[in-house]
Amino acid sequence: MVTEAATEGMTLTVNGSDRTVPTGTTLAALLTQLSLDPRMIVVELNRTIVRERDRFAEMVLSSGDSLELVHFVGGG
Amino acid sequence: MTLAIEPVTDTPFVIAGREFTSRLLVGTGKYASNAQMIRAIEASGAEVVTVAVRRVDLNRDTEEGILHHLDPSRYFLLANTAGCFTADDAIRYARLARAAGFNEWVKLEVIGDQQTLLPDAAATIEATRVLAAEGFKVMAYTNDDLISALRLEDAGAVAVMPLASPIGSGLGMLNPHAIRTIKARLQCPVIVDAGVGTASDACVVMEQGVDAILMNTGIAAAADPVRMAIAMRAATDAGRLAYLAGRMPRREVAVPSSPLTGMLGA
Repeated sequence: MVTEAATEGMTLTVNGSDRTVPTGTTLAALLTQLSLDPRMIVVELNRTIVRERDRFAEMVLSSGDSLELVHFVGGG
Repeated sequence: MTLAIEPVTDTPFVIAGREFTSRLLVGTGKYASNAQMIRAIEASGAEVVTVAVRRVDLNRDTEEGILHHLDPSRYFLLANTAGCFTADDAIRYARLARAAGFNEWVKLEVIGDQQTLLPDAAATIEATRVLAAEGFKVMAYTNDDLISALRLEDAGAVAVMPLASPIGSGLGMLNPHAIRTIKARLQCPVIVDAGVGTASDACVVMEQGVDAILMNTGIAAAADPVRMAIAMRAATDAGRLAYLAGRMPRREVAVPSSPLTGMLGA
């Protein structure tokens, strides 16, 4: 069921770019939407690292939240 | 008759209580493909491989994360803070890397100058102190300057990593005296990091008596990285062996190798 609030959506900053998602989106839902495996990335929410991956599903994001989604890439 | 090669005895290569199998540490950047990177790393015999922390590309069409290609149960992942220009940034990257859950080790780099990529020793010392207090095992990339190296060890670095020459330059070791001096004065392992261009460079570095060597571009930017990885592995071993063997003294004059007696009469 699509609620009134959900249709309005909220804007997050994800890796430096604005992204509008339905109001009430959880961190886990955002990662699913981005096709990201939570085990392969590290999430920083408003400059604080979210260490417990099992909490992603219950963490409801708020409008204006800033997220950094990082992973390991080749480097020297 | 069999030719028995005497077993080579060497002290174990230990950093902060953990023993490592190879004195050659390699980076994972700049390869033409992930398949080539994997083959080169395997050929190098390295146990420690460095990785960088970067944003996930949300507009990606291929999977760029290195863990999709590199088996983390097979290699010891050493995250770096490459690209950081302040202590605060490097600390932030180190914390993100640790949160990936593999280990609490970090190859700390704080760069001081965009053009030369030379390290900012003061900022590196500051970041080392903070991270060591948080339980990180800090392997600190630094200049070939003894005082910076001493300060890093004092700040809690578990290994100090002076450069042979600037990152990606392939110039080889510019100041062997400085590297030997650092090795002689530090208690913690000294690992030469950056600047090795070809196998002879790696050999000469190891001949100085340092504990290990870390390289990326020297292998990745070779025309045939897998062959160069094999060469680097052999050179690292050869340099280490030559150091342990103890080289002959240098002389300014010739000394004959064959007897001076028993020559034929005129």
